[in-house]
Amino acid sequence: MTEIRPEAAAAEAAGLDEMRRAALTSRSFVAGALLTAVFIAMAAVSFVWTPYDVTVLTIPDKFLPPSPAHLFGTDQFGRDIFSMIMVGARTSILVAVVAVGIGVVLGVPLGLAAAASRRSLFDELIMRTNDVVFAFPALLMAILITAVFGPGIVNAIIAIGIYNTPVFARLARGAALTLWSRDFLLAARVAGKGPLLISVEHILPNIANLLIVQGTILFSLGILSEAAFSYVGLGAQPPLPSWGRMLADSQTLISLAPHTAIFPGLAIVLAVLGLNLMGDGMRDVLDPRLRRSRG
Amino acid sequence: MLRFAIRRFVSLLLTLLAASVVIFFVIEVVPGDPASYMLGLNAQPDTVAALREELGLNGSALERYLRWIGGLAVGDFGVSYTYRTPVAELVAERLWVSLPLAVYALVLSTLIAFPVGVVAATRRGSVADTSIMGATQLGIAIPNFWLAMLLVLLFAITFRLFSAGGFPGWEAGLFEGLKALTLPAIALAMPQASILARVMRSSLLDTLEEDFIRTARAKGLSRRQALWRHALRNALIPVLTIIGLQFSFLLAGAIIIENVFYLPGLGRLVFQGITQRDLIVVESVVLVLVFAVVAVTFVVDLAYAWVDPRLRQSR
Repeated sequence: MTEIRPEAAAAEAAGLDEMRRAALTSRSFVAGALLTAVFIAMAAVSFVWTPYDVTVLTIPDKFLPPSPAHLFGTDQFGRDIFSMIMVGARTSILVAVVAVGIGVVLGVPLGLAAAASRRSLFDELIMRTNDVVFAFPALLMAILITAVFGPGIVNAIIAIGIYNTPVFARLARGAALTLWSRDFLLAARVAGKGPLLISVEHILPNIANLLIVQGTILFSLGILSEAAFSYVGLGAQPPLPSWGRMLADSQTLISLAPHTAIFPGLAIVLAVLGLNLMGDGMRDVLDPRLRRSRG
Repeated sequence: MLRFAIRRFVSLLLTLLAASVVIFFVIEVVPGDPASYMLGLNAQPDTVAALREELGLNGSALERYLRWIGGLAVGDFGVSYTYRTPVAELVAERLWVSLPLAVYALVLSTLIAFPVGVVAATRRGSVADTSIMGATQLGIAIPNFWLAMLLVLLFAITFRLFSAGGFPGWEAGLFEGLKALTLPAIALAMPQASILARVMRSSLLDTLEEDFIRTARAKGLSRRQALWRHALRNALIPVLTIIGLQFSFLLAGAIIIENVFYLPGLGRLVFQGITQRDLIVVESVVLVLVFAVVAVTFVVDLAYAWVDPRLRQSR
């Protein structure tokens, strides 16, 4: 075994290299990655600097249209909308990342376990439970949880996380099932490795790409969900800034100050667009079949 | 086909049963007693006791669950605490706004996505294809409620073609009703149409590369004939699934869009239920929506099996 390793590593490195090159030639990946980088940088910078303090209300400055002093104008309390969008990006990222994390941490092991014990009662149980959870759109889950525990960002995260779980479980199970029938896993079994070790050592690295692509897509869905939940009052509560809440606040003022609605919405669109483009680009690169057919 | 239908129906019932347990359980874990939770902090003990009696909260969890399910089976959802009317009536009344809205949006989304997807697939790589794909990428990224706000700004406030919100009721006539639902339906439909157009395009592209299309062309059919007679039908199978899936998204989305347009649908009902702590209303609306989602999945499964006989055996 040890003699093969360096070669395998070299082959892998070549593969990675090629993948990196392919990724950089994929226009949608590059555009998406750039947008996403801007979005993450905005959130990161907001921790140390924003053009204006978003916690200070300056009523005389309310509803100022976009100008060099206030790039995106000000809201009904005279707060700088650009600064609020920067801080709001943090909320979006927090919710989406944690919700994807919940989905991965719960869903992937379940899917792998189901695949390892395929066609057993356990497998059946996991998949049927998945079906039930799947019947609840994330919004309904959020409504139920909020009705009981009150509105809040944590409950929104939990609802989106629960929605993400069966998505990852199904994906992991499906991909793992095809791997279980492959020769190299037979070899691992003959070598005496148990299902747990095989799942962690051999299956997980092989499905990681798929999981990353799915994670990117659910990340963007998480941002959309957070915005929607906060918009209807199920998500971020004042004073936590959130793009969805900014839109909710601007709704009654839209004829008076359209810019209060336009910029937060654009922020959502660009963030989601960036992640989707990046996810599409990655999928194209990781799936050579698609790369050829799009050619 | 009948055996397949029966098997799917049994699994539909099981899913619904499990969903009802989940909903019951979540409501059940309300910290403390639901009656005092609903009445707030300053409630008198005897009012709480009376509400407990009224809500049927006395008895074990199993007893209460069975009573709830038994009531649901005969269409008795319980009485709304705030409205003082049977929840079934409230839900039925609101459903007449939300359901038509979702169906309207589904029709719009399908009507837009089909031709767009076909054009993109048949002129693959052309300027038309590239612009369509770019536009759909944008369509997917737009939150429907923001699109709704922009539509209000443009068509209601600037051009005054539609009212900015409200619903005259179906008594005002079909046209008036549909007109009030048009902007909400467009806002709901656009993101879904973008997804559907992409699915339609890629499915049609896959089908056009199949051997049977080459055979059809070889026997002398023109590209157009091969497309209309053979490719479209086969390309529709994945499109059908997405349409089915979309319906549940549209119903859930309708809840949010209703907020933008002040429509008296299930969304308004459920959000009022949350702020007024009317748990019976909330659990009933959620159950009805889950039922709709599961029922639509069932219909799609059947439609599938009807279109593609191979699928009848595979499960």
